[in-house]
This record gives sequence, C-alpha cells and structure tokens, in this order.
Amino acid sequence: MTTFAQAVLNGFAQGAIYALLALGYVMIYKATHVISFAQPALMVCGGLFTYHLTTQVGLPFWPGLAVAVLLGALLGMAVERLALRPMVGKPVFTLAIITIGVDIVLRIFANRYMGPDPRIVTFPNGSRRYEFLGLSISHQRVALMVVTLLTVIALVLFFRYAKAGLAMRATALNQETALAQGIRVGAIFALAWAIAGGLAAIAGTFVAAGSAGMEQNTWIIALKALPAIIIGGLDSLPGAVIGGLAVGIVESLTAVYQPSVAPFLGANFALVAPYALMFLVLLVRPYGLFGTKEVERV
Amino acid sequence: MTATVTSPRRTTRPPRGRPRLRTAYRQDMALLNTPAKRRSTLLLVLAAFGVPFFFTDDLLLVFTLGLIASVGAIGLNLVTGYAGQVSLGHAFFLGLGAYTAAVLGGDPEGRLIGYGLPMWVWLPAAGIVAAIAGLIVGPIAVRLRGLYLAIVTLGLVFLGEHVFREARTLTGGPGVGRRGPDLELFGIRFSEGGSLFGLGLSRDQQQFFLALVFLIVFAILGRNIARSGVGRAFSAVRDRDVAAAVIGINLTVYKVMAFAMSSFFAGVAGAMYYAVVGVFEPAAFGLLLSIQYLAMVLIGGVATISGSIMGAMFITALPRIAQEIAHLFPVISTSTVGGGIINVFQFEAILYGLLIIGFLIFEPRGLYGIWMRIRNYWKGWPFSY
Repeated sequence: MTTFAQAVLNGFAQGAIYALLALGYVMIYKATHVISFAQPALMVCGGLFTYHLTTQVGLPFWPGLAVAVLLGALLGMAVERLALRPMVGKPVFTLAIITIGVDIVLRIFANRYMGPDPRIVTFPNGSRRYEFLGLSISHQRVALMVVTLLTVIALVLFFRYAKAGLAMRATALNQETALAQGIRVGAIFALAWAIAGGLAAIAGTFVAAGSAGMEQNTWIIALKALPAIIIGGLDSLPGAVIGGLAVGIVESLTAVYQPSVAPFLGANFALVAPYALMFLVLLVRPYGLFGTKEVERV
Repeated sequence: MTATVTSPRRTTRPPRGRPRLRTAYRQDMALLNTPAKRRSTLLLVLAAFGVPFFFTDDLLLVFTLGLIASVGAIGLNLVTGYAGQVSLGHAFFLGLGAYTAAVLGGDPEGRLIGYGLPMWVWLPAAGIVAAIAGLIVGPIAVRLRGLYLAIVTLGLVFLGEHVFREARTLTGGPGVGRRGPDLELFGIRFSEGGSLFGLGLSRDQQQFFLALVFLIVFAILGRNIARSGVGRAFSAVRDRDVAAAVIGINLTVYKVMAFAMSSFFAGVAGAMYYAVVGVFEPAAFGLLLSIQYLAMVLIGGVATISGSIMGAMFITALPRIAQEIAHLFPVISTSTVGGGIINVFQFEAILYGLLIIGFLIFEPRGLYGIWMRIRNYWKGWPFSY
C-alpha cells in the first residue's frame, strides 16, 4: 500500500510538469487551433534561462525563475510573430509543421549552449525531504506542486475576470466575430504564445531542477504532454490538468508495477506508457475525456 | 444516346497530328498526357541509367538511398498528400518493413533470428506486414481527424521504437542492431561488385540500378493509384470528408485503404533502404525519421509523385550538401565536438528546420511548384508575365 501511495505521489509531482506543459499546448490550440510542436524547445530554453540566470548572472532561484518566465514568454511571442503570423489562414496542418521546424532550430541553439553535460538548476533546500505516513517527498517537488496549483488558479482567475482573458475566450469561440467586437485577434495570438512560453519556462525550470537536470534529450518529456492533452481533450483547460496528472501517475505506477506484473512489455515501458494510455482512451472517446466534439457542416 | 458517340476505349489516342487535342477524359488522365512529358520522361530515365558511369561510388550511395527513400515518400504522400490524413507514424512502418526483411532474409546461423529466405520473398513480405499494421491502425485513424490523428500517429512511433528496442532477438537491441538482408535477385548479388549484363560494375553501381528499377516500378504504381478512381476518392476525402461521404465514398474503407497502401510502400522502402545501409539499430526509427519523410513530402510537393521523388532525393542528399557547404565556410566546423561557431550536424539540422519553414511560407507547393513556375515561364516565353 505504501509503495502504491508513494508511486501515486511521485506520479503527481511528475504529472504537475506535464500539466504545465499541457496547459501551454491547450492555450495555443484554443487561440489558434494549432498544436505547437515547438513546446519542447520552449521548455528546454526556459529551463536554460533559469540555469543561466542563477549560475552565470547570480540571481537567486525565485527571481531567476520569474525573469526566465518573462524571457520564455518573449520567446514564445517572437516565435508566433516571426514564424506563424505570416501564415494566418493557412491550413492548421501547415502551421503545425512549421512549429516542428521552429522546434528543431531552437533546440540546436539550446544544445549548442548545453554541450554534453547535464545542466542542473540548484533549488534552495531542494534535497530536504518531508516524511508523513511512511511517504516521502522532496522539498523541490512540493514547491513544484504548489507552483503548479498557483499557476492553474491564476489562469482560471485570468480567464474568468480579466478583460484579456474574456477576449481570449471570445477568440477561441470565433475569430471573426471576435474581430468584429473590436478584439485584436493578433494580439490574442501573441498573448496565447506568451502564456504558453511562460508555462513552458516554469516546467523547464523544474525539470532542470530535478535530479537528472537538463540534457540534450530531455526535450522528449515535453512530448509526453501530448498524450495528456489528447486524453483531456485538445481544447479543455481542466482536461489538460487532469490529463497531465493522469499521465504522470500512470507513468509512475507502470514504472513500479510493470516489471513484476507484465515483464513481457520490456524494460522502461513506463516511458511509453502515456502513449499506450492515449490509445486506450481514444478507442473509447475519440475527442478525449473533456474535449468538445467537432460538429461539421457540409 | 446516338450511335455516333464513340466509346472512350477507342479514343484513348489523340487524333493524328494534333497531339494535345483531348477527345476523351481518358487521354487527360493518361500517365504521360503530353508529348513533351513523354519525351522528357524518357530522357530522364535514360539519363538516370547513365548516372552510375559519371559519379563516384560514395555519391552513388547517396543517390541510391535517395531513390529508395523516394518510394517511402511516395507512400507518405499517398496518405498525407492525396488522402489528407496527416501521419507522423511513417517511421514505424518503415521500421516494420526493415525488420521483417531482416528477419526473413537474415542469416539463419547468426546470433539473431533469421530465416535466410530470398529477396523475392522478403521484399513483398516486408510490404505486406507493414500494410497489415496499417490496416490495424487505420480504423483508429478513421475515428480521428486532423491534429488528433497527427498526435496519435506520433504515439505510434514511440510505441514502435519501444517494441523495436525490446525485441532483442529480432532487432539486436539498442547500440547493437543487426544487418539488413542480402540483396540478391535472379541470381545477381547486388551487395557485391561483379559483372552485370557483361559489364564489370562496382557494388554501388549495381545497387543504384536495382534502386532505380525499384523506384520506377513503385512510382508508376503510385501514379496509377493517384490517377485512378481510388486516388480521386482520396482527394475527395482530403478536400471535404463530409461531402465525400455524401457523394458515396465510404470514408472508413478509403481511409483504411490509404493507410494500408502507404504502409506497404513504407514497408518495402524500409526493407530496401536498410538492406543497402547494412547494419541498423532501433534508434533509427524515431520521431526524427518521420519528420524527415514529412519534410520530403512538404519540400518536394504535396500530392505529387514527381515532387515526392525530388523531395526524397534532396532530403537524403542534405547531409552531404551540408558537408559541402561546411567546407566552403570555415565558420562551420566539421568536427563533432565543439570548435567553430556551429558544427556540421547542427548546421544540417538547422537547414532542415529552416527549409521546412521556408518552403511552407514561401513555396507551399514545394520543389514541384518551383518546377511548375519555371515550366510555365518558358511555356509562355517571351510573353511570360
């Protein structure tokens, strides 16, 4: 039982990272109907911003994170302005492929900066552990969960009460009508990418603060947020959070139980378990758990 | 109907002396529907057969791989370009074909499972196994649209890579890999130098000829699929699936068919490609390979066979092109670690990214579109404006 609870707890912490990333994907999808495959690069860059600011510039962790989030948001806006705005109105598939191109280019620069060694962000008191009911969790992971929770609350409040949040919801509903109401749709696209970039920076920072740090192949984990948004439904913010947590927990449980329960699936099946989960969910619900079903006109 | 209406079958040829006059739909849909196309295609094929005598062996290998990759790109173009079903899962089908071929054609005495079957068994088998996988994946794809499908097929690549990594008795596992099958057909061993039709040829020259014939067969097959009723149904599904369903196209059947056909092409291409490459390991079939094939289709030209070939040749040659450019600019270091502002592998990857972005923004019809513009310019010359 303790093993199980510990696995769920670990999965929760890992799922928080996926949830942050998934929120970014959903933000961009809702505003522009594009899935941004550039999110891995934004995550890696965000983590490296914090790394650079805390180790080279000498900022403490939290101010460093705040500046990194701003830089990540700026990077997101730059990507949107340079690579995607010229393509407004083109098929979404084209836009999605462009983000793949952006991802490749950005990650080259990130890899260039990283070199072969992992880059680890030191988290203040990160290794301190809390014990309760036989479970153990590190300070850094508690902080991650708190930050994720605060971010989600902030986003919910933003969408409910802020004028820009209302404008974003209107744009997501119908771009032309939003334009007719005096909403600057272009600015909304930029804002969506800025938020996604900021969220990716938070996720990247906590990835880099983890035990493995940020390496050249760490970007793969950002792709695991894709099953999360598919499970939750592409256009649902609560779905993104739930999907992210589900993916984290399933991954963690698989890592603990699969070697003894189903050894025929091979070593490290946990790494691909999110994709298997995605297939299962989609067989039952083609638009995810919370996604809106597409209604087509002839 | 009066008896004066001639049957389409009898009018498949344009009237004598007026080669560009169409009197039947069949003429318009013919494989080579203008005299210029007939002549240029003939010339191109002849020139292609002459290539091995003018280039060095290391360049020939690049061309050979490009020709084989073209078959895979045609396959992806069938499902993504013609039928409009975005697939990021092409690497999985390529890998399935490659491993089927390696297992069936592999050395029976080796350390890994191999049955030592001849090429005329393992090549079709590779296609068929991949096509069956396509049939299995197809129905899932039928329920999904657009980007949902893209992500699901992306998941397929990760699951596939995992299977390839773990099935060590079949694939050799990561870091070790296994050899592709031997290329031997009608008693000719293509993987060794020797004489062919009385000519002394090197190994690379022989493989080039094999790949060229392979591509010609599959390019004609692909073109025929595209111009037949099936191809038109694919286009209808791509352009508006609801409308297609209304005019009587069974979406499920055609989407599954598109996946199966595309996977068949991928399977045979994978089998041939890695037979030429030699040793390959599971890491080859990652997301990057899918993206490369997608880049071939996009850079070459969506929904064109000639575009797929141009794109595949170009993308396969890109590492080589990057190297040549690197020699011209000393800023790009050719060593793998450090040094210079940027090394050649990074430069190559950036080229990929920039080419994809650039083509999509400035020339969405790809290399084929550039060719069309050149052609139309000279067609209308000197009044080309």
